[in-house]
Amino acid sequence: MAGLKVASYIGALGKDVTPDEVTEYETLTLKEGMAKYPDLPRVGYVQMLQSQGLLHDTYVYGVDAKKTLSTVIYPTEVMDGAIISGNCVSACDKNTTYVHENNPIVYDLFKRHGIDYNFCAMVITNENVYLADKERSSNWAAKLCEFLSLDAVIISEEGFGNPDTDLVMNCKKISAKGIKTVIVTDEYAGRDGSSQSLADAHSSCDAVVTAGNANQVITLRKMDKVIGTEEYVGIIAGGWADNKKADGTIDVEIQVITGATSEVGFFNLSAR
Amino acid sequence: MSKYRVVMYINQFFAQIGGEEKADIRPEYRPGPVGPGNAFKMAFGEDVEIVGTCICGDSYFNENMDSAKAEVLEMVKKASPDLFIAGPAFNAGRYGVACGEMASFVKAELGIPTVTGMYVENPGVDMYKAGTYIVSTRNSAAGMADAVKKVSALALKLLKGEKVGSSVEENYINQGIRVNMFEEKRGSERAVDMLVKKLAGEAFTTEYPMPDFDRVEPNKAVKDITKAKVALVTSGGIVPFGNPDHIESSSASHYGKYDIEGVTDLTAETYQTAHGGYDPVYANQDADRVLPVDIMREMEKEGKIGSLHRYFYTTVGNGTSVKNAKAFAAEYAQELKADGVDCVILTST
Repeated sequence: MAGLKVASYIGALGKDVTPDEVTEYETLTLKEGMAKYPDLPRVGYVQMLQSQGLLHDTYVYGVDAKKTLSTVIYPTEVMDGAIISGNCVSACDKNTTYVHENNPIVYDLFKRHGIDYNFCAMVITNENVYLADKERSSNWAAKLCEFLSLDAVIISEEGFGNPDTDLVMNCKKISAKGIKTVIVTDEYAGRDGSSQSLADAHSSCDAVVTAGNANQVITLRKMDKVIGTEEYVGIIAGGWADNKKADGTIDVEIQVITGATSEVGFFNLSAR
Repeated sequence: MSKYRVVMYINQFFAQIGGEEKADIRPEYRPGPVGPGNAFKMAFGEDVEIVGTCICGDSYFNENMDSAKAEVLEMVKKASPDLFIAGPAFNAGRYGVACGEMASFVKAELGIPTVTGMYVENPGVDMYKAGTYIVSTRNSAAGMADAVKKVSALALKLLKGEKVGSSVEENYINQGIRVNMFEEKRGSERAVDMLVKKLAGEAFTTEYPMPDFDRVEPNKAVKDITKAKVALVTSGGIVPFGNPDHIESSSASHYGKYDIEGVTDLTAETYQTAHGGYDPVYANQDADRVLPVDIMREMEKEGKIGSLHRYFYTTVGNGTSVKNAKAFAAEYAQELKADGVDCVILTST
C-alpha cells in the first residue's frame, strides 16, 4: 500500500506538466475497427495474469485477479495502470507494475496496427491453481477470442510450472477455434540446459518465443555496500545453501532477478 | 606461441582417390592437409597447423566400423592434436555416419574437442549430434566455402577455450541443450514478427520446439488396499523442521528420505515445508495437509490400509527441472520396490 501511495503522489506531480512527446494509440470500438480495416486480419493479445496466491497476485482495477473471470479491455487501459502487480516469488518471470504499464507486447502490436493487421482487443485471463478454474478461464479466453472474430493472437504467460498448464490450455483451445497463436514463455531447462523446458506441451504450441532458461547460474559480484539483509540469499527461489562464497560473490540462478526472463518480452534474452 | 594442432578425417572422394569404386579403401594417414584441408588451412591462418589427414573409404568404414574407427583413432592419437575435424560430409549418408562416428569417438576417447559438418537431413545428424558439434552445412559440396568458414570459426573458439554460444549463434546443430543468448530484438517484437509471418502463411521458426512429452499411464488399481503397504511421496516440500538437508525452495537438486516410524501427526514444531512456490502458512501450521501422515495412521489402525511405509520421500516441485524430478523418482522407486511397497500416494501442491 505504501508503494501505491508513493506512486499516486508522484503521479499527481506530473499531472499538469507539458509532455516532451505525444504519441496517439488508436483504440477503436469493434464496429469502427471493422469499418476502417475491413481487409486486415484481426489480431488480439491474450495476457495471462499471475493469480496463484500469496506473493503470486495481480490486481485489475483493484480486484484480485484470482476472483476475476476472463474479460476484454482496451490495450490502452494497461498504459493507464489498469493492471498492477502483487508478485514477488521467482522474480524472473513476474511482471512489475512498471512492466504492466509499459507492456512491450501492447506497444509492439500497436506499431504495425493498421498496416499488417487490425489490433482489436486485449483479453486478460488468470492462472488459478484449481483445475476447475483453469478449465473455466481457458474456455472463457478462447470463447472471447472467437466472439471477437480474431484471426490471430499473441498469448503471454506469467510464471512457470503450474501456469504452464494454463498456457497450454489457452493455446490449445484458442488454436482449436481456428485462430493462429504465438506464445511467449520462459524455460526451466535445468542448470545444464538439458531438461525439457515446460511442465506441459501440445502440438498446437508451434510458434514459441522464449525469454531464456531461468535455471542458468550466474555469479553476482561482491557489493561494497549491501542494503537490507543477506539472510535469504540461500533460500530465495533460485538460490541454494552455501551459494554465498567467502570472497563475497553469490552464485544464483537468474530466476532470482526481477524480470530477467520477462514473458511479455521486455528484454532480449532468449535460448536455443 | 606454438601453433594449435588439428587432425582431419576425410573420405576417398574428398581425398581425390576416387568415387564409389574406391569406397573400399582402408584407413591411411597423410601428413599435412589434403583436399578440403587446404581450404581450412587458408581459413585458419597462422595460428593453426593441420598436422595430418586420415583417409578412409566410406564403404570400408561403414562395413568394418569397429576395426576402422580403432585404426583411425590410433592415427589421430599419434599426431597428438588439440582438435579433430571430420568432413564436412554435406548430405552424403555413409560419409556422414563415418564423420559423426569418428568425431564422437575421438572426443570420447582422447578428450579433445571435435567438429564435423553435415546437412541437417543427413542421417548422421540424429545419430551423433549429442556426441560432437555438427555444423549445419548446405546439402552438397557446392557449399564447401561456407562450411569451411563456419567449421573453422567454431574450431578456433574451441581451440582457444572460448565460451561457445548457442546453436544459432555458432551455426551448429542443436544438441538438445538449451543455451541462453541475447537476440537483437526484444521478445515482444519477435512475437509480433512471428505472428505476422504465421498470419501470412510464411515460414517461421519457433524458438522452442515442443518436446516429446513423457506421459505416464497410471498403474492398475490396487486389488486389496487393506493388505497393501502404502508409501507417501510428495513434491510439496514437507521436511523435518529446519530443513536438515537444505532442499532448495525452487529448482531442487535433491530429495529427502525421512523416517516416520512412530510418528502419528506432523506438527508445526516438528515439520515444515521448504517449498517456495505456494503460500506456506497452512502447510507450516499442519504439514499433514500436504503429507497426510495423521490420516494414514488412523486408516492403518482401523485396518483400512495394510500399513504405512516407514519412510517418506520428499522434494520441492517448484521450478525443478523435469530431468531432475525424473532422476529422483527413478532412484527412490527402486528403493520403494525393494522395500515391498505396494502403492504410493503422490501428493503435490
